[in-house]
Amino acid sequence: MSLFYSFFKWNGFFSSPMIPAGLSNWVSLFKDTIFWKAAENNFLLVVISILIQIPIGLLLGVLVSTKLKGMKLIKLLYFLPMMLSAVGIGLLWEYIYDPNFGLINAVLNFIGLGNLTHGWLGDPKTAIWSVFVVICWEYIPFYMIIFAAALSGIPKELFEAARIDGATHSQTFFKVTLPLLTNAIRTSTILALIGSLQYFALIYVMTDGGPTHSTEVMALLMYKQAFRFFKTGYGSTIAVFMFVLSLSLTLVTLKLYRRGREYEV
Amino acid sequence: MKYSIQLKIILYISAVIWLIFSLYPLIFLIQNSMKTQWEFLTTSPWSPPSKLYLTNYTDAIKGGLLRGLLNSIIVTLISLVIVLFIGSMASFAIARFKAKIGKGFLILFISGMTVPIYITLIPVYIITRYIGLYDTLWGLIGPYVASSLPVTVFILFSAMETIPKGFEEAAVIDGASAFQIYWRIILPISRPTLIAVGIYDMVHYWNEFVYALVLLSSPKSRTLPLALWNAHGMFSMNVPEMLAGIVISLLPLIMLYGITQEKMIQGMMAGALKG
Repeated sequence: MSLFYSFFKWNGFFSSPMIPAGLSNWVSLFKDTIFWKAAENNFLLVVISILIQIPIGLLLGVLVSTKLKGMKLIKLLYFLPMMLSAVGIGLLWEYIYDPNFGLINAVLNFIGLGNLTHGWLGDPKTAIWSVFVVICWEYIPFYMIIFAAALSGIPKELFEAARIDGATHSQTFFKVTLPLLTNAIRTSTILALIGSLQYFALIYVMTDGGPTHSTEVMALLMYKQAFRFFKTGYGSTIAVFMFVLSLSLTLVTLKLYRRGREYEV
Repeated sequence: MKYSIQLKIILYISAVIWLIFSLYPLIFLIQNSMKTQWEFLTTSPWSPPSKLYLTNYTDAIKGGLLRGLLNSIIVTLISLVIVLFIGSMASFAIARFKAKIGKGFLILFISGMTVPIYITLIPVYIITRYIGLYDTLWGLIGPYVASSLPVTVFILFSAMETIPKGFEEAAVIDGASAFQIYWRIILPISRPTLIAVGIYDMVHYWNEFVYALVLLSSPKSRTLPLALWNAHGMFSMNVPEMLAGIVISLLPLIMLYGITQEKMIQGMMAGALKG
């Protein structure tokens, strides 16, 4: 249906006519600089999700899987942000970032770095990174659990064998743990890919794409076009584009991994 | 495995660093939600509240969150019951169909999982308006159930497939009907899976924002996330009260998490990984 709408100029109300628009929505999509900014931000989020969230998630997953005392409780506590609603999280962090009475600026003032205080979400330069910190805060626990679950499925004998052969901790990690986690890494890369293309609620709540479109993402733009400016046809076009993009990216990733697997031991 | 003292220290220090990053925002939230507005503006954000000042909570509830809370509970519970009922029946049928037909249906359901909700948003909005359910809670339940049915069926199917057929054959000999088999045998056996999927669906419904934003408009039908968002637009000046509102919206899930712990993680992960 979205594909169908994408060929019309229509405001979404039944009383008004649907005007066939041919490919004009698609043409304006590719000319729309704001859309490209949004796509660029989505792409940035994908890249940093994979390069930052997954490694940290992996390390934390290994950490909570160690048999040290208290790790079970720590794992439970780590997972907490993952269950909270995007609206609650977004609003909470908005207050943390607030330029006047926010937590971060208060801490900076307190430790004598007052000149670094900032309207974190209000400055186009820092806004996207501030948003990204919140995304990390919410989703790294998710990757942590993926890796912790994968680790718990690995027979302990493998680690013991490595110890007996005299492997150091870092050797065990790189030569035993990491290769055994390949599957989990693949899963989380694909999830990060799909997830990063779909961020909406958190960014909607925190910045609404602003300031000056610096945190615009595709899902948000689609929502605005369809439900705020009533360009149903154009909104549908963005939605279709997102779907095709995430599907093809996923397929490419799967393929790349399959090729990479041939080198596995 | 044995760890040296140095390694242990490094591990614990890194654990604590992440713990602070992970939990401090929530501590900030709770302690400042109990301050008066004056106290909030004059003290540092990390100072504890001078006394337990709960008026923010009662004010936040009076300010429209109560309606949202009730709406959220209604929508979550009804959607949950429907999705588990339909989902478990469908999975049972798929698991017991002849291989080919069952597989066909399963593929239909799985292909439902690959559809992101953003592509359904505009059509769902238009259909909802068309059938006159716009701005009603009922209009929300349909998309909620539909969006989580594929995952639910997929997970339940995997569990039900492994139930040995011997149980059913015995029941058939005893004269049980298909529904009795489903209700008396299949459901009790798949209870752990039902709970896991149920938790995932419930968290999803409770936190859902996008459909609610698009399909609801008036204060009387707002769900909690939407009511909270709206309160932010209206009373954003009174920060402690807003923080109290956020606490109220997060509290039910945190309490549930406190009770179910590992189960909740498993449920969330089962849903997210298959989804």
